[in-house]
Parts: sequence; structure tokens; C-alpha cells
Amino acid sequence: MAELPQMMRAFGVTFLSMFRKVTTEQYPEVKVPTQERFHGKHQLNRHPDGLEKCVGCELCAWACPADAIYVEGASNEEGDRFSPGERYGRVYQINYLRCIGCGLCIEACPTRALTMTNEYELADNSRTKLIYEKEDLLAPIQPGMVQPPHSMIDDFVAQDYYDGKVTGASAEQFAEVELIKQKNQGI
Amino acid sequence: MTLTSDNKQTNTENSITATIDGIQVQVPKGTLIIRAAERMGTFVPRFCDHPALAPVAACRMCLVEIEGMPKPQPSCAIALTEGMNVKTQMTSTVAQEAQAGVMEFLLINHPLDCPVCDKGGECPLQNQAMTAGRAESRFDIEKRTFPKPIELSTEILLDRERCVECARCTRFSEEIAGDPFIELLERGAKQQVGIATDEPFNSYFSGNTVQICPVGALTSSSYRFRARPFDLVSVPTTCEHCAAGCSLRTDYRRETVMRRLAWEDPAVNEDWNCDKGRFAFAYLKENRLTQPKVRTKNGNQVDALWPDAIDFAAKGILQAKGKVGVLLGGRLTMEDAYAYSKFARLALATNDIDFRNRVNSEEEQDFLGSVVAGSGGSVTYADLEKAQNVVLVNFEPEEESPIIFLRLRKAAQKGNLKVTAIAPYLTRSLEKINAEVVATKPGDEAKVLRGLKIAQESIILVGERAAATPGTLSAVIEIAEKTNSKLSWIPRRAGERGAVEIGALPNLLPGGRPVTEVSARNDVAAIWGVNGSDIPNKPGRNHSEIIQAALSGEIKALVIAGLDVMDAPDPQALGQAINAVDFVITLGIQENSLTRYANVSLPVAPVTEKSGTFINWEGRPRPFGRAITSTNALTDARVLAMMAESLGLDFGLQTIEELRQELSSFGSWNGKKLDKPSVASIGAANVSVGSAILSTWNLLLDDGALQKGEEHLAGTQRPVVAHLSAKTAAENNLESGDKVTISNSRGSIIIKLEIIEMVNDVVWIPSNNHDSKVKSKLGAKEGDVVTIQKGSF
Repeated sequence: MAELPQMMRAFGVTFLSMFRKVTTEQYPEVKVPTQERFHGKHQLNRHPDGLEKCVGCELCAWACPADAIYVEGASNEEGDRFSPGERYGRVYQINYLRCIGCGLCIEACPTRALTMTNEYELADNSRTKLIYEKEDLLAPIQPGMVQPPHSMIDDFVAQDYYDGKVTGASAEQFAEVELIKQKNQGI
Repeated sequence: MTLTSDNKQTNTENSITATIDGIQVQVPKGTLIIRAAERMGTFVPRFCDHPALAPVAACRMCLVEIEGMPKPQPSCAIALTEGMNVKTQMTSTVAQEAQAGVMEFLLINHPLDCPVCDKGGECPLQNQAMTAGRAESRFDIEKRTFPKPIELSTEILLDRERCVECARCTRFSEEIAGDPFIELLERGAKQQVGIATDEPFNSYFSGNTVQICPVGALTSSSYRFRARPFDLVSVPTTCEHCAAGCSLRTDYRRETVMRRLAWEDPAVNEDWNCDKGRFAFAYLKENRLTQPKVRTKNGNQVDALWPDAIDFAAKGILQAKGKVGVLLGGRLTMEDAYAYSKFARLALATNDIDFRNRVNSEEEQDFLGSVVAGSGGSVTYADLEKAQNVVLVNFEPEEESPIIFLRLRKAAQKGNLKVTAIAPYLTRSLEKINAEVVATKPGDEAKVLRGLKIAQESIILVGERAAATPGTLSAVIEIAEKTNSKLSWIPRRAGERGAVEIGALPNLLPGGRPVTEVSARNDVAAIWGVNGSDIPNKPGRNHSEIIQAALSGEIKALVIAGLDVMDAPDPQALGQAINAVDFVITLGIQENSLTRYANVSLPVAPVTEKSGTFINWEGRPRPFGRAITSTNALTDARVLAMMAESLGLDFGLQTIEELRQELSSFGSWNGKKLDKPSVASIGAANVSVGSAILSTWNLLLDDGALQKGEEHLAGTQRPVVAHLSAKTAAENNLESGDKVTISNSRGSIIIKLEIIEMVNDVVWIPSNNHDSKVKSKLGAKEGDVVTIQKGSF
């Protein structure tokens, strides 16, 4: 019976654990918020009137140590404007199979277009689904914004957008997008 | 330290000794400080300095301290003198502070738009702001702004905000290209590059200004916002657009060529290239053939697997063996053209092969066999630069070989070159090289040449158009021999010289060996591993004769490679020939009217997807490697090897290494060459009022097959006009600005008339621009008689 004290001690551990704080998380039933500055899925932000902040400069792709980002720029044309200024990101892809969440890309971004959210559920059942396209990454249209393509606010230049002078889409911009919508339906 | 180690003399009259950063240097007299410092490994920051342009000291970035001088001095404009003591930013705080001050001034008005600027990532201003600039700007008032960008031409855009007024672009345009469309305007902070509102920057060399701009002030429409230097893969290539043989840098991303730049090659293109070579690459993606196609019994073309298509093609050929003609396009690499040459002789048992998909003659093929083949290096670019006298016969340098034009202009600028051109009028390009024109009617070239006083030991450059007028090439040979001059033939297309060398002609075998010589055939047969008797011994048919034979039924099948029907000397006849024969095989990169008609259409690799060699007009081999490696496109040679295998022949020649190995075993031919042609000239045709002699050539930028899909470039084409002399115009009751109809029995061209000073009775029109399509609309060539009359739409 020499093992009896040892067994008592072992069961004692189990018994005591019943009174300790439970660390098991009930994921996915219960989702515990992450730390505030957790590096989650990226987001491509918009100016307050809905125009995209991304200018397609590829600095994020340049900064990325895992080669996870692919960007192609293009010219904003009259009547086909996606961002203030001359250039916008036509193609924007982040490959989450490669991304290591280091955040160098958002540090590199000159227009604060790219930031990271706390969204961490980046799993899927095929590799291609984990290459996120621009539409998967763009911030949703908030009240007060209109969906590009549309013009800049009348009499504003790109610098005004960066100086924070834009607070929301103007009546002209709403009207412009409405007109385009009607035209498209007409066709 | 001795910087003149290449010439062993250490202290001659022509060298001086000075000190840079405490290190003694010995350099040739006249060496600029910046250049001497560079050679000892010290990079003095600079923007305006360019080794090929005259110094101006416009940007002031390269300031250095020179002992005995009160202020820092620009090192790009001062030559080292004996005993000079120079301190650069490496050892002198004065120089360092001076450079930092200049950088601060330059950045005052430079916008901080690097993220949207095409130069970002390869920008000298960006780099030197990091080494010589401040981390934070002290300038907190508003910067000077301009509306951006302005279009200098459809291809070149100017963003004046970014300009640092280094004047590289304006100096290039004036000094090198001779097209001073742009100039610095205004003074002080308002100084800017400007252009006349009614004259766009339509220089054939405008793309070079984008490349040498040290900031992003000049950008090109075609590359605008498309990529960043760090995500491009750069590979050296050779330009496929003309026989100049420029070294190029091809930058591609994800299997797509994004841009091409001039790659420095002092012996050939120096630092430059032309806009066609730089911007015309959209064709690589346009209408590409990717699948072999076979025409089935019901007449439809369907996709086929490679083995099936090859078998089908081989069967078709076998049925017509001995009655097959091979037409090549003149744009093939030497290796691919060689494969055709061998395939024609061994697999098809014929000498009916011709690479000249343009105006051609029997006189020309004798000329090529006797004078051109195997004459590599007889005239070089360096020779042109040193030359005293150059005679141009049927050759328009800027339009037909722009790098030759740049060299001739460089020599002419130095003042020691006299150019004489036998041409119908003084073109803009001839004017820029100070040429003297002997106004000549097409057809009269031989007569004029014989009557011309040509200095001994001149250089005679003859263009491919000489084949259009009988007797011209014979006269050129005669005159070259009489005056002891060097003679060089300048084809337009990149593959033509190589095709001559490897015998893609009815009368030539590889290495300039005549097909009629027994020992030549034995030579070649030994390398090909066959008997001398296996190689056909009679000269074959040339391009025009092959088409005639196809029409008359003597030729039953055609192998057509790299050929666009619109390039053919007579597109209509070629179309009829294809209709007449039983079997057509095409090998090409693009779908066109020929491939759509073929019984078998086989896709092959464009230059970016294969290795190869172009032989430029000098006879200089210009090998290039494969840029894009991930496509599975096959070379022409590989496809022919497969076809030969299917016919039961062992060709080898599967790889570029095998091809080059076999080509190198030919060596030079010391036996009897072809006889030099001696064809009598028939002279220019006689014309009466209402008709004129046609003169025409291809402009550099036209509607050619390899320029398709690049509208920005097409926008810089020269205006399409017809030229007449005042006398001929008056006789025909025509005035400048009138529409003139130029016609013959085949068709007509209506085009705007511009009266210039030129030879009488001749009408000049461009060969292949917009409505002016001489081959397809008139089926005519230089020297033919056409009718002219006032036209209307």
C-alpha cells in the first residue's frame, strides 16, 4: 500500500482544479474579443465620401516580407474615378496563406488606406479562397458615403482629402451616382 | 593611382595628375572632375550630368570643393587640370553642405507624390535625397503647383511639378535626336519645360527622355501607373524591330512585358533606342496563337494536339514533296531561319526558299550572295562615326534604321562627315545629318551613281529598296569597287541579315555557299550528315517566282512562317497563291488572315519566349536569352525538328545549344562565291501629265504587324501626306492641301498633298500608314508609274 499517499496526492490535484478559474474558451459559441491592437485581417479604408484611400502605390507589397500582397495601379479617368488624385489600385490581393500578420504593410501605407482589423477567422477549405481580392478587403460603405466610381467633391483637389477637409459625400456626388445607376438600368 | 591603365603609358603629354580626396589620380587631359571621381569609385551626386550630353551645370547638385577657388564648383562642368586638388563630399564638409543646400532648394518645389510617381523606386532624386538631403523639410509654405500632367505627345506626359530643370530632355532632343520640340521656358521658380501648342513631341526618339529624366517629370502613357521597379524582372534582350540590333532591357511581371528600355551598348546603340523598339511590344499579347489548329475535311479549323497537328502537316508535305515553297517573314532569329533552310533542303528537297517578304529581285539575291553573305564587320557603327564621306542609296536612315541615323548625326554634328543621299527629296532626317541630296527619280539611281563624283574610300550604304529598281545594286557594286569604298547593305527587318548568312535564299546555302558549287554542297552535306547529292543543286525560286509557280500549279504546298500578308510585295497575289495550292502550313505567333486560312496553323514563340540571335546590319551577332520562361511556346526550329522526325529524318536541333553548335561548325566559305550581278539599268520611266513615278518607303512608325495594339505610339506617327514638286503639281493642276488620288489598275489611294522641293515627275507617299497602303491598295513598288489627279471624298 506504499502507493496510497502518491495516489491521494494525484487525485488532490484533480480535486483542487475544480475550484480554479476555467481557462477553456467556448469558441466558436463564445467569441472572446482580441486585444485592441491585434493584427487581424486587413481593411482598405475609404475617404468619408466613399472614394478609396488606396492609390495603388505598391509600397505595402514592397514592405511585405512574405510576398503576400499583389497590387496593380491604374489611372483614374474622367467619369471613372475611384480615388482622389491620378492613381488608384485596380488590383489588390492579399494572400492569407502567406501573410504572417507582421503589420509592416500598414506602416508602409502612405495614405492610411491599409489598416488591420481584429478579424482573425482566416481559415477556409481551399487555397484560392484565401487570396482575398480588393472587394473582400474594402471597408463597407457607411452612411454618408457613396459607392465609387464618382467624382471628387466639387472644387476639391486631392490634397483637401488628405488634409481632412472632406466630411461626407456631397449632394452632387449622390446625384452623380444616382444618375449612373439609372443610366445602367436604362441600358 | 593610375586611371589610364588601359594604355600603358603612365605620364604622357596627354595626361595630367591631380588629387581627388587626397588620392593622386592620373587621367587624360580634359577629363571632367565628376568622371574622374566616378572612375576611382566616388559617386558625386548629380542630375543634369549625362555622359552622352554636353555639360551644362544646370542642377548644381555635384558641387565640390576645389583648392584655390572661393566657392564650391560644379564637378560636371570643370575638367581636371594639372595639380588640381579636389575634395568631394567624402572629405569636405564644404562640399557636403553645398550639396545638402542644393538638395533642399530642389525639394522646395518638388511634390511629395512619390507613391503615385512612376519613377518611385528607381529615382535619382529619391536616392540622393536620402544620401544628401535632410530628414525633415524646413519649408512649410505652399509649393508651386502646375496642372498635371500635360501631354507632350500621345506617348509622352510631362508633370512640371516634379521637374528639377536639369535640361537632360531638352538637351537630348536638340543634341542627339535633332528634334528640338521641347525647351525650357520662363525663369527662376517658374522655369519649366514647355512645348509649342500646335506641335506635339513627335520625335522618333522621345522615349529616351523618359529614361534619362532623373525625376518623374517625364513619363510614358503606356507604362503609366502599371508597375513598380521592384516587382519587375529585368532581362537583357535584343530589339526585334529592325536591323540595328539595339540592346534592350525587357522588364516583365507575371508573364507580361511591362516596358522596354535602352540598354547601354557603346558599340551599337550607345545609350539610346528608338520609340518603336521601346514601346511596340503590345503585339506580344495581341491575338496570340496558343493551340495548333488543323483544317478538317468539312473545311473548319479545329484545335488539335501537337503530335496530331505535326503528323497532319508532315503528311500534307509528303504528298507535295519537291513541290513545296517556303516563304519566311524576315523577322526570324538566325537559328530559326537556319532550321527552315535545312528543312527546305533535306525534308522538302527544294531550294524554293526566300526570306524576303518585300520587294525583291534576282539581282538582289546575287548581290546578297556575292557581297553581303559572310562579310560581317566590313562597316560598323564606329566606322560611320569616323567616316569622312557616306553615300546613301535608296536608304532613308531615320525611317529605316534609326540608330544609324543617330550615329550619322553624331558624326555630322562633329563636322567631319559629308553625307550624300541619292533620294527624291531632302527629307527631315537627311536635313538633320546635313546631307546633300542628289535629287533622283526612282529608276535613275544607277545613272546618277555613275555620274556622281564619289570620294575614294567612302562608305556606301544601300537600303533594301534598291531591289525595286533593276541595275541599282549592280551599279552600287561597280562604284564601290571603282572608288575603293566600303559597301554595306541595310535591311529593315531584324532577321534579314541572319537569313542571308544561313542561306534562306534560293541560291545560297549557309555561310554564303552557292547551291551551284559541288564543294559547297559537300561541305554542308557533311555537317548535315547526308550525301552531297541529297542537296538540290539548282537555284530555287525566289519569293515572286514561288508565288507565280503556286498560281500556275507547279508548287502544290506552301510553308509560311512569321509572315503578315500585308507585308508581302503583292498581298493580292499571295492571297491567290494560297487559294491555288493544295496545302498550307503556317507558323506564327499571331492569328492573321494567313493562319486562319492554313490547313495547319502552328503557334510558335515570340522573341520574349525563346533564345536566339539576330545578326544586325553590320554582321554583328546579337544573341539574346529567353525572358519569359514559364510559357510552353516552342521555337520554329523545334517545331521543324518535330516535323522532320515525323517524316523519318533525324534533325537534332531540338535545343538552342544544338542549333548554335551546328551553326558554328560551318565556318567561313573560302571557295567560289556567287557572281556579282551586273544588270543593266532601264532608267526611270517616262511620264506625261496625269501620271508620275511612285516613290515610297516605310516610315519607322506605321501600321506594321509588330506595332499593333499600341495606340499611344501610333499617335506619334508622322502626318500622312503625299509629296510632289511645285512644277509637277502645277502641271496637274494641284495645290498644297488638295486631296490627290494616286491610282493604278489595281486601286487607288486618296491622300492630302504637300508640295515640297523635290525631283519632278515623282510622287512620294508613305508605304503603310492609315489610308496610304501602297502594297495592298496598289500592289505597286518604287519606280512604278501611277496616275495622279485631283481627288475628292
